[in-house]
Amino acid sequence: MTALPQTTQKKLGLVIDLDICVGCHACVTNCKEWNTSNYGAPLSDVDAYGAEPMGTFLNRIHTYEVKQEGCNAQTVHFPKSCLHCDDAPCVTVCPTGASYKREEDGIVLVNEDRCMGCGLCAWACPYGARELDQLAGVMKKCTLCVDRIYNENLPEEDRVPACVRTCPAGARHFGDFADPDSNVSRLSAERGGMELMPEQGTKPVNRYLPPRPKTDIGGENKIDILAPFLEPVVNEEATQDQPGGFLGWLDKALEKI
Amino acid sequence: MHPAPSVIIFTSLSGLGFGLLFWLGIGYPEVYGMSAFGMFFVAYALAVGGLLASTAHLGNPKNAIHAFSQWRTSWLSREGIASVVTLLLMAVYAIGMVFLGQRFQILGWIGAALSMFTVFTTSMIYAQLKTVPRWNMRLTSVMFLTYAVAGGALLAGQISIAVVLLLVLTLVQFAVWQAGDKRFREAGHTIETATGLGNLGKVRLLEPPHTSPNYLMKEMVFTVGRKHSRKLRMIAGVSLGLLPVILLYALPFNPISAALAVAFHVLGLFAARWLFFAEAEHVVGLYYDKR
Repeated sequence: MTALPQTTQKKLGLVIDLDICVGCHACVTNCKEWNTSNYGAPLSDVDAYGAEPMGTFLNRIHTYEVKQEGCNAQTVHFPKSCLHCDDAPCVTVCPTGASYKREEDGIVLVNEDRCMGCGLCAWACPYGARELDQLAGVMKKCTLCVDRIYNENLPEEDRVPACVRTCPAGARHFGDFADPDSNVSRLSAERGGMELMPEQGTKPVNRYLPPRPKTDIGGENKIDILAPFLEPVVNEEATQDQPGGFLGWLDKALEKI
Repeated sequence: MHPAPSVIIFTSLSGLGFGLLFWLGIGYPEVYGMSAFGMFFVAYALAVGGLLASTAHLGNPKNAIHAFSQWRTSWLSREGIASVVTLLLMAVYAIGMVFLGQRFQILGWIGAALSMFTVFTTSMIYAQLKTVPRWNMRLTSVMFLTYAVAGGALLAGQISIAVVLLLVLTLVQFAVWQAGDKRFREAGHTIETATGLGNLGKVRLLEPPHTSPNYLMKEMVFTVGRKHSRKLRMIAGVSLGLLPVILLYALPFNPISAALAVAFHVLGLFAARWLFFAEAEHVVGLYYDKR
């Protein structure tokens, strides 16, 4: 049934550190590689080498510019995949019972043997986490690598989602949010882990760590180790004939020779 | 949202069909024999045709049978069940009127109520979606029901009541456009809430995640054609109600003007339904800095 479980024993999910992510797309690539060759229908590509390539991906990286008035802009790389919401609207709208949220660990999955590809779950998701595979005609979404995390045939260090395993920057963390002492719970508490679009009321499990405050090189605390030494010359008033700053100093120094 | 022909045809035609079934169910007009056959044939052709068109929207139609299973949570599932139950029940009622010369009145009343319930479930498929603020309001259901009752009255030849309902429908449609235009802003979703980066400053997309449109953008970030929305609204607003009313009232009643009135109404219905999808903005567009 597509009714959501009242509670889940575990709340498996990801912490994504927006301060650390460098936007290399390694997680996107490894996600595609693992998930195209394991659980469910492969993640197809259409017109892969043509003018308008289009493919199914379970993880996407947007890159944003954030700018505050009077400050320098900063770049934030923003990986986005299923947030395995506690109140997942994609599950309850499903007419066939293909979409479900697991009672044991909270993972939201699609049973492709029941999915009729109506796409209503993708409409119900605010985050764009579900994509209808254009060749298989069934809905694809992040499985939290359910076929890795419990897989005893893999070495223990590989029993994490492919995106987490491959991230070269350490920007992705996997764990159980139901346990307050888990790595993800502690990280989220320490760094103010945030929900995306909380006003949608989906209660996402995944948390995003906001970028740490940047030193504002344009503001009052500007770091410039040469500044104190140049202060005497910088402060002299510059005119059109009498340039200030380094040029002014150079002008004067040459004058003295 | 992408205005796919399958969903436009589905919602428009099935709405008209169940609207006509509603009027036949309550006995307006009370017809028997061949004329009843004609009426029920049109109603079933519209309702079933619409429902079949909706299956063209499916990526994997072989699993469509499972869609009747999740009535406890899913409006789409409820819609499927309600439509099949209504069509089966009304078939018995239709057999009575066409072949037995009898009107099973109670069956008709239940069928009429179920017809309206079916249209309501269709409306809730859209009205339930918080992700599309323009649809996510009670007026959406009011609009679908008014379309069905007014269009049904027109097809059932209940001219005096149809005229009133068509004018009411026109008002409801304009109210929906008015209210819908404000919904996205009222819901308060911005690129800042979507990314959670609002406290750091103003957010804009610097680099999209992919170089050409993907499924999400084709399906939910449909921006083409909105530039003509004002003109289309006028065309739809005039032809779904005002033109049919003028044709029915100003001219002496004849089959040609009645057929023209229906044709104008259907034209307005299709134009309005196209806009219903094309103008609807999904919140996922925020991640792409697009609406």
